[in-house]
Amino acid sequence: MFELLTEKFSGLVEKLKRAKRLDERTVEEALKDIRRALLEADVNVEVVQQFIKDLKGKLVDRELIKGLTAGETVVKLIYDEVLEVLGEHSPLQKPEKTPGVIMLVGLQGTGKTTTAGKLARLLKSKGYTVAVASTDVRRPAAMKQLCTLAQSIDVKCYADEDEKDAVKLAEKFVKQAENDGISYLILDTAGRLHIDEELMDELVLIKSRVHPVEVLYVADAMQGQDAINTAEVYHQKVGLTGVILTKLDGDAKGGIALSVRRVLGVPIKFIGTGEKIEDFQPFYPDRIAQRILGLGDIQSLIEKMQAAIDEDKAEEMAKRVMNAEFTLEDLKEQINMIRNLGPLENILKMIPGVGSKLKHLKVDEKKFIKIEAIINSMTPEERRNPQIINGSRKRRIARGSGTTIVDVNQVLKQYKEMKKLMKKMKKSGKMKLPFNLPM
Amino acid sequence: MLKAIYEHLKKGLQKTKEQAKIGLSELNISRKIDDSLFEDLEIALLKADVGINATEEIIEFLKKEAKKKGLKNGEELKGLLKEKLISMLKGCSGELRLLNEKPDVILFLGINGSGKTTTVGKLAYRFKKEGKSVVLAAADTFRAAAIEQLEVWAERTEARIVKHKPGADPAAVVFDAVNSAKSRGDDIVLVDTAGRLHTKEHLMKELQKIKRTIKKFSENQPCETLLVLDGTIGQNSINQAKVFKESTDVSGIIITKLDGTAKGGALIPICRELKIPIKFVGVGEGIEDLQPFDPEAFVSALLD
Repeated sequence: MFELLTEKFSGLVEKLKRAKRLDERTVEEALKDIRRALLEADVNVEVVQQFIKDLKGKLVDRELIKGLTAGETVVKLIYDEVLEVLGEHSPLQKPEKTPGVIMLVGLQGTGKTTTAGKLARLLKSKGYTVAVASTDVRRPAAMKQLCTLAQSIDVKCYADEDEKDAVKLAEKFVKQAENDGISYLILDTAGRLHIDEELMDELVLIKSRVHPVEVLYVADAMQGQDAINTAEVYHQKVGLTGVILTKLDGDAKGGIALSVRRVLGVPIKFIGTGEKIEDFQPFYPDRIAQRILGLGDIQSLIEKMQAAIDEDKAEEMAKRVMNAEFTLEDLKEQINMIRNLGPLENILKMIPGVGSKLKHLKVDEKKFIKIEAIINSMTPEERRNPQIINGSRKRRIARGSGTTIVDVNQVLKQYKEMKKLMKKMKKSGKMKLPFNLPM
Repeated sequence: MLKAIYEHLKKGLQKTKEQAKIGLSELNISRKIDDSLFEDLEIALLKADVGINATEEIIEFLKKEAKKKGLKNGEELKGLLKEKLISMLKGCSGELRLLNEKPDVILFLGINGSGKTTTVGKLAYRFKKEGKSVVLAAADTFRAAAIEQLEVWAERTEARIVKHKPGADPAAVVFDAVNSAKSRGDDIVLVDTAGRLHTKEHLMKELQKIKRTIKKFSENQPCETLLVLDGTIGQNSINQAKVFKESTDVSGIIITKLDGTAKGGALIPICRELKIPIKFVGVGEGIEDLQPFDPEAFVSALLD
């Protein structure tokens, strides 16, 4: 874990390098940095104060973890502490009777409607019959937005543009879902301020009529200090069973996760990580802990890689490399796998330590496109047996791929070097495949 | 084990509740100036989203002044604090810059859910009331039903709307809107763009393309490129403002959703670091709930 530290924490580890034990002064020094990190992550200041105070009690005079320095011990203990506050992964309640209603509530603009679509897709993919409906009679075109989303994932959407009473609408939708044999009905509600008494009462009324299995509070991960006040009022008035954090695809740290858990004790169930309907995942505390503390999101990276790389193909390729049979065909395949991961810049940013240092790094994806085009312009024979590529073949390939002979030469040279390297590795017996990811 | 965690949480909860009283208005400032008073002040500022760097600057300033002037009672700090905050917002207020070019084009940007479309609607209403002819360009062709949402605002404000199909090139919508406004001699074009996270490079490029499209009609346009910021957002809004400014040369900020309990204190570090003028404050869902930014009123609300 310690290779994963971003600047702030490497600084901390460095600062405490000479400390032999965790005396009060050392701990206080460390906690100053931690406090700053938590505040910059928008963790509620009162939660931070209390958290730091608790930490101090736990850290002072604590023995160093075997094999770790003082700084490393501190970081490890703090990480564990954040993890504990964040709690376990918590799945959705199963409905006792159908339809199981899931109410989504929250402020305006937190992403409730998009989340409704994402949740519907996730539940559908698990084999449930799902329907969505919006009781938002206020925001223009809110129902239309939800139904357009639902259509795109082939999920039923109930709507009634004429009924202006949100409570009646909710009851009507539940009845419809009951008739249709729906197992989960996701009920989107209008965004509202927690201080809007009238609208909060409306939520309470809806809840009392539809008996939801879950009331999920959709919270924008970027929210500042006020986030917890808002969530608290929602919890007191409506009674929340869980939280969904949205907009975690930006560079917000999501400190609200820590505040919500600490103050409300309500589990965080899902996180939204992008605009696409599949950008939605169950909540895992370790990732958010790493993010809040600025440790990088290595887990997401690993998962992304695993999802993008076809295991069988990788295995097959490994064998070929082992026997030094690596062809240009394989090189192309390899590039494809890497590109499947998405924009390389995003990938690099997920790597702890890299994120902050290479902020302005731009990866030239065009280079990959070029290599691919060049390989595509070769005949199968040329790909298997690149030695036969002579001057006139090179000219043809360059023309075919819209590149120059220099480019073609470069690809061939790179390929040769890779192959040489593989032979060497085979001889030395130390196989470290470039694409067999160490995980 | 579970019980221990529960107890722990409960304790945390009580503590937090007790401390939740600390807001500048509730803070008993009329007491001896000492470290604990500065600590409470610091917490109050952090709670308003002023951020750790700006807060430290403010506290340092107050400590120094208190010492220099030999202040004894916290009450004497109040005026100083207000002055300091207002001075930190200096150079960050300004009116809309209109050129009367027929059309003047105003471009609205921001992350998802910050309130762009609603703000466009409110401004359209404002201009209409001044007797100007307004065109709304539905350049958010991405979000489901965004065009319909803007259409409702067009109806409410009796503005003309130019739209394409969902998924169309936003720059093409903008081209048509400005082009038709020019030939009809309309006063204002308000361009509503899709919400985008500042971390998405390709989407920031799309904004640059929209800007280039507008510049084809007049080098002076858009006369304003307004970043719409959600006032409930914390320290991340500094990043947002920074990146949007770098890539699209933002000329002003509109901060929304200050009708709740959020204070929008992030404007202090934003102004301190970026010096972008703040043009309007959104204080509600009603069509008239948009006020010109007034640093003094803002600071008073912040300290309230």
